[in-house]
Amino acid sequence: MDLEYGPAYRAYRETVREFLKGWPLEGAESALSQIEQESLFRRRGIEAGFVYRNMPREYGGAGQEPDALKDQIVLEEFHRANAPGDLRSQGAGLLAPTLLEFGTEAQKQRFIPAALSGEEAWCQGYSEPGSGSDLASLKCQGRAEGDSFVLTGQKIWTSNANAADWMFGLFRTEPEKPKHAGISYLLVDMRSEGIDVRPLKTLTGGIEFNEVFFDEVRVPMENLVGARGQGWGVSRATLIHERNLIGSSSMLRDMFSDLVELAQRTRRGECPAIEDAGVRRKLAEIEGYVCTQEASNMMQFTAELKGDVSRTMRPMMMNKLYSTDTTQRIMECAYDLLGGEGLLGPTEADIRDWMRNTTSTGWVEAYLFSLGPAIAGGASNIQLNIIGERGYGLPRDLRLPAG
Amino acid sequence: MDFGLSDEQEMLQETVKGFLDQEFSPARSRELFNSASSHDGALWNGLCEMGVAGLVIPEAFGGGGLSALELSLVSEVLGAAAAPVPFVEHSLAARALARAGSADQQARWLPALAEGTALGTVAFGEEGGAWGPRSWSVRVEDQRIWGEVLYVSCAEVADLMVVGVEGGGLVAVERESPGLKIQGLEGLDRTRSLSRVEFEGVPCAVLSTTPQLAEETLAVGHVALAADGFGAATRLLDATVEYAKTREQFGQSIAQFQAVKHQIARLGLEIEPTRALWWHAAYAVDHLPDHAERLPALAKSHVGDRASALARMAVELHGGLGFTWECDVQIWLKRILFDRGYLGSPESLREDCARLGGW
Ligand SMILES: Cc1cc2nc3c(=O)[nH]c(=O)nc-3n(C[C@H](O)[C@H](O)[C@H](O)COP(=O)(O)OP(=O)(O)OC[C@H]3O[C@@H](n4cnc5c(N)ncnc54)[C@H](O)[C@@H]3O)c2cc1C
Repeated sequence: MDLEYGPAYRAYRETVREFLKGWPLEGAESALSQIEQESLFRRRGIEAGFVYRNMPREYGGAGQEPDALKDQIVLEEFHRANAPGDLRSQGAGLLAPTLLEFGTEAQKQRFIPAALSGEEAWCQGYSEPGSGSDLASLKCQGRAEGDSFVLTGQKIWTSNANAADWMFGLFRTEPEKPKHAGISYLLVDMRSEGIDVRPLKTLTGGIEFNEVFFDEVRVPMENLVGARGQGWGVSRATLIHERNLIGSSSMLRDMFSDLVELAQRTRRGECPAIEDAGVRRKLAEIEGYVCTQEASNMMQFTAELKGDVSRTMRPMMMNKLYSTDTTQRIMECAYDLLGGEGLLGPTEADIRDWMRNTTSTGWVEAYLFSLGPAIAGGASNIQLNIIGERGYGLPRDLRLPAG
Repeated sequence: MDFGLSDEQEMLQETVKGFLDQEFSPARSRELFNSASSHDGALWNGLCEMGVAGLVIPEAFGGGGLSALELSLVSEVLGAAAAPVPFVEHSLAARALARAGSADQQARWLPALAEGTALGTVAFGEEGGAWGPRSWSVRVEDQRIWGEVLYVSCAEVADLMVVGVEGGGLVAVERESPGLKIQGLEGLDRTRSLSRVEFEGVPCAVLSTTPQLAEETLAVGHVALAADGFGAATRLLDATVEYAKTREQFGQSIAQFQAVKHQIARLGLEIEPTRALWWHAAYAVDHLPDHAERLPALAKSHVGDRASALARMAVELHGGLGFTWECDVQIWLKRILFDRGYLGSPESLREDCARLGGW
């Protein structure tokens, strides 16, 4: 075991740091809008070989040799500089790697670059009113007709559908086949005729997800990813990327630092709350979870480097639940620290800029919002089933067909 | 030995519940949750006609002359319905006045408070989550007060406000007094409004100068809020049980998954027995002087935490639906969070429990 990166990687880190001196932008460039500044800097990051490192050049990536340690260094340094690196959107984070694995050459060229730049926004159309945990029971129909699929039915809880240009989704194209074998993975232009998007308000008061209705919506066959009836397998790949996004430990570390900062500025009678013995112990207990997840990520990452994941299979299955549980612990502790301020509701600004929790009402918003990720991308019970069944080889529930 | 309710007490709950079932539909509750106002005047008037406003006011002034237990029993029913009425706040103000007001003040205010033609509230919260008499900072001088109080419920419609002041005393302030400034706050629970109130030399009537009355008043509030949170939590549990029985995934109701069944059973385990805890605490307020302050603090902190954990799990068991604004789960979740934080967070009340326990 050696946590030093060695001279070659130290030098690499220096080049990343050197590059990051260009952020924030200065001079005339600093007058551009926030979004323009970010995309300009991201383009520079791609050219310099730091952003989308592993995505081939022809699809808008940096086309570097895969090197997980370099990935890690870039992640750390960009994070430290608070600089715009890889987008963690549905398009860049979920669709692009899925297409890279399963897409046709034409699909890769058409869709990956715009997803990476953020030029085209994506949403994920899986869940339906009757099919959430039991996703494979989905009913939204994709009838083959000439050179198109014709979609009819409904999706629900579709995050970002109101702002998305495209949807990647699952549709039942072979109704005569068994459950999992009748599903195809399609790319749907959200501006197609027959699509109706209705935003749903969440319990925080914000708009996070939507209902999407399809009435005879035509999708060209060339927008099929993988083979007909093979969509379930393709979607499993996307899901792994989604769980990794939700399960990332750098987000936990940020939230935890914000929590400590909250404890420092909150007063308990005459003293800052951080001086209270109960608060100190609680914080250290939570940090136990945060550090575990960080170290576990390092361990998983080394195992992948060495190509031997036998010891890390289970921790990998646990990432999502571990991280949403830890997030909830952080939020519950924060809510306790807020005291009376927890009676206040989130403001419009808190709902809009949910990234970092610096105000009290921002913490209230985060406390409420933390309930969402525990449901999205496979609810906690489903994660527990996966850990029990695939992790520990326990039998499935008697009544359930094998999935 | 009889640790149960009398026929009259059962009846009291039945009557209020019957009224709410009739007059306050879930649709009305949703409508209010979406509107700007969090006070339902018509509903409050209806409750006043049943004598709810004067429950703890002595009979001599037209009230019911009842105890903290009856107050809490009504509170439970109101919590279960998430009724947007300032019952607890009003009752605390009335009770303080009935205990310590001058004969004049009592004659002037109590009949109107009992009838419900006047509305009372309390102003006990200060910056940094200080709800206790020991940390109040509003200054009193020559029958006037200066300072700022936070999280006052229904301040904009209250005719009489009982304010906690430096040294732990209580004073009464009338509506539209000179120097009184009320600024609305955006509360999380839309069934109770919140304001920040500033006092710039506002004329007041002194009710007490030592913390005893304030502590007693807060203790009553603590039990009543424990009961309100309990009511909301049991209603939410019922709703979750119903949902689990009807929601199907994998070709069966989710309630058939033992994991879900056990989760629900555990929620029941955590909340159901606490009914006895707040009953006991309410009884202690009027009958067990040694426990009159401590048991209510224990009940409120305990029920507050159990109920909010229940509410979070109820959201999860409702899946994506539970995370929406349209789903009523959020109404109770927020009601429960209000009950948990208002008049003292679990953490600070536990500190009080330790102190009062002589630890
Ligand atoms: C914030 C948020 C964002 C989302 N974004 C998207 C999106 O962009 N695209 C998309 O397609 N979907 C999205 N979803 C939907 C999400 O994937 C589903 O909500 C989730 O899969 C659960 O499905 P459901 O809501 O139908 O709940 P249900 O499946 O009905 O589950 C209800 C409860 O039953 C439990 N349960 C179900 N089956 C079992 C079992 N076998 N054993 C034990 N317990 C069980 C669950 O754990 C849950 O507590 C989002 C959801 C949320 C909350």
